[in-house]
Amino acid sequence: MVYSVKASLQEILLRKKTSIVDKWVQRFLSYYPSESMKFLSSQKDRFANPVGYTISSSAGAIFDELVGDGDFLVTELLLKDVVRIRAVQEFLPSQAIRFVFDLKEIMRSEIEKEAREKGWRDEFSEVESRIDGLALIAFDSYMESREKLFKIRIDEVKARSFQTIVASGAGINNREKRNGD
Amino acid sequence: MAGPKLKPEELASKIKYNLPPNGWMDQPVEFREGTFNYSGNPKNVEYLQLPNPRKWQPTDPDWQLPENWKEIILEGLRDRLHRFRSLQIFMDICVRCGACADKCHFFIGSGDPKNMPVMRAELLRAVYRKDFTLAGKIFGKYAGARELTLDVVKEWFYYFYQCTQCRRCSVFCPYGIDTAEITLLVRELLSLIGVNIDWIVTPVANSFRTGNHLGIQPHGFKDSIDFAVDELESITGVKVEAPINKKGAEILFITPSADYFGSPHYYTLLGYLALFHEIGLDYTWSTYASEGGNFGSFLSHDMMKSLNAKMYAEARRLGVKWILGGECGHMWRVVHQYMNTLNGPADFLEEPVSPVTGTKFGNARSTKMVHICEFTADLIKNGKIKLDKSRNDNRRVTFHDSCNPARALGLIEEPRFIIRNACNNFFEMPENTIKEQTFCCGSGAGLGTDENLEMRMRGGLPRANAVKFVKEKHGVNFLGCICAIDKATLPPLMEYWVGGVDVGGVHELVGNALIMKGEKERTTDLRGDPLHIEGNRHV
Ligand code: SF4
Ligand code: SF4
Repeated sequence: MVYSVKASLQEILLRKKTSIVDKWVQRFLSYYPSESMKFLSSQKDRFANPVGYTISSSAGAIFDELVGDGDFLVTELLLKDVVRIRAVQEFLPSQAIRFVFDLKEIMRSEIEKEAREKGWRDEFSEVESRIDGLALIAFDSYMESREKLFKIRIDEVKARSFQTIVASGAGINNREKRNGD
Repeated sequence: MAGPKLKPEELASKIKYNLPPNGWMDQPVEFREGTFNYSGNPKNVEYLQLPNPRKWQPTDPDWQLPENWKEIILEGLRDRLHRFRSLQIFMDICVRCGACADKCHFFIGSGDPKNMPVMRAELLRAVYRKDFTLAGKIFGKYAGARELTLDVVKEWFYYFYQCTQCRRCSVFCPYGIDTAEITLLVRELLSLIGVNIDWIVTPVANSFRTGNHLGIQPHGFKDSIDFAVDELESITGVKVEAPINKKGAEILFITPSADYFGSPHYYTLLGYLALFHEIGLDYTWSTYASEGGNFGSFLSHDMMKSLNAKMYAEARRLGVKWILGGECGHMWRVVHQYMNTLNGPADFLEEPVSPVTGTKFGNARSTKMVHICEFTADLIKNGKIKLDKSRNDNRRVTFHDSCNPARALGLIEEPRFIIRNACNNFFEMPENTIKEQTFCCGSGAGLGTDENLEMRMRGGLPRANAVKFVKEKHGVNFLGCICAIDKATLPPLMEYWVGGVDVGGVHELVGNALIMKGEKERTTDLRGDPLHIEGNRHV
């Protein structure tokens, strides 16, 4: 579903982009223990710090699409990369994707004053609906990652039990099976 | 996923995500499914004559430790501080400069500060301070000292089985503190009270019994090799010999057992067989030294020593001149760093000389064991084998430096030299992720179990992230490596993080490219995949 955000709201959001995105990234990283957060936010080398890099390099592009009127084409890919990381870390599912909802609160507090002055309620709720859309994508991505994890685990167990059969000398060297297909 | 059930509003407001700054000592570990390894099978614990065999799991509240467990550990530590000067030094000289802190793949991928190598070592150091230093005895917690409690034991188990002994951290430590050594010692201490994991205990027991991790017996081993010989013939049209337990052969070849029962290792085995045939090598396999891997090195010095000794015992029994070793990881660390003081020097063997080129491998003068990549690189350099690179044109290759060959053996250039001579398309990953700085697969040192998959994915993220980069930049579709654990655990890592990248050995690429006398026209590579076709002919 595509909502259009009123042009002037869009304009303000874009003007505040740096601040909103920065806060969003910081909030994302604040879910990690404080000793680690410093590293995750300050190490800019993408290979030395893939977690920090993935969120900080994606957040801006996700924001742009969110504030724009279009589909979440790029967002979907970027969000998948981010959620794939969260899905194997020490988080409950709700904690893993909570960062998407954080955006509502961050945006709201950034533009609150102007929004109140201009009487924007509905317009902002359009943005919030789009954030809900992001959350749905994040939810799907989370499940996709977890399912992949389970599949990999099943494949490993299968491969191992085949190896045990080989070891017992019963079912030696069936190439098809060896390849797992 | 386990974890407390919280209402949304509680989630939003009550959870504290940050550890208290100095409160790390008071945070008990939580064993969540997917992030730890199951305990050692009591049958095999008993077989290895290790203490306290019993049925237990890390999630049990009661670990059924011996009554005097604390005494055993402290006594064990005292003994080891005395025996290993390095341990005493590692305990005392760390200046907490933090150079190692962000270098561990488990820290980078998990964001858990106790995975900083300095913190990992601190888990032992704090107990050491309490009982073995004056300041610790007097000032306790204020001197960073910590009482050894059951929670500490659980924490040791959790975090020292979250270290792959990869030694990346030690590359950055100005004092050369080797956390991998500390990990091994703590595992050794844990083992004294019966705290082991099955993925180490069972392969070690099998290796003792039949010579290899899976417990494959001699006839099974022979069947596997014979089958590979047949399969190689169907691909190349050349029937090769693969002598087993041949007394008086010049060379004993030892490789990880996964090479003959695992995939994609198996294609590397085909590569070895083709190569040895082509150069007319006088060599033999051994049914008892049918394992290069030494999971003993993940558990204790004693186990490591025994498993290492068996390779040399076989070399003596078969009367060979020297040993050639296959694409294995930690076997090389054991041979290169420990062998001499464990079992060596192997004076009954001869200094290795390549029978094909006459090259003397002076670096192996003491261990008498040559890495297959050194051996093959020497063959190529001397023009002794012909390689048709285009047969690997379906591969766009990058190379993962396996931790042990790179950091323990310094084997950096040889595999690259081989790949460049066997393939047209080779692309390096970024410099801070390869060579001495290589990122671990995240599954070594006994951690490569399915039950530990989530933790493995965290630890493997930095490696996978660099592969993803070269995949996107250069279209890389093949991740070469020279370690059996890599070959087993990088494929799932690729599947989760990257997609569309196969994993295989360097000698698989050699086997593909090797032009063999009397071979038929190859239509497929060693995996049975069609060769790259251009204009209807193989290019
Ligand atoms: S040896 Fe490797 S896994 Fe262990 S602490 Fe050091 S970097 Fe981490
Ligand atoms: S780099 Fe060495 S000295 Fe510095 S904190 Fe790490 S272990 Fe200690």
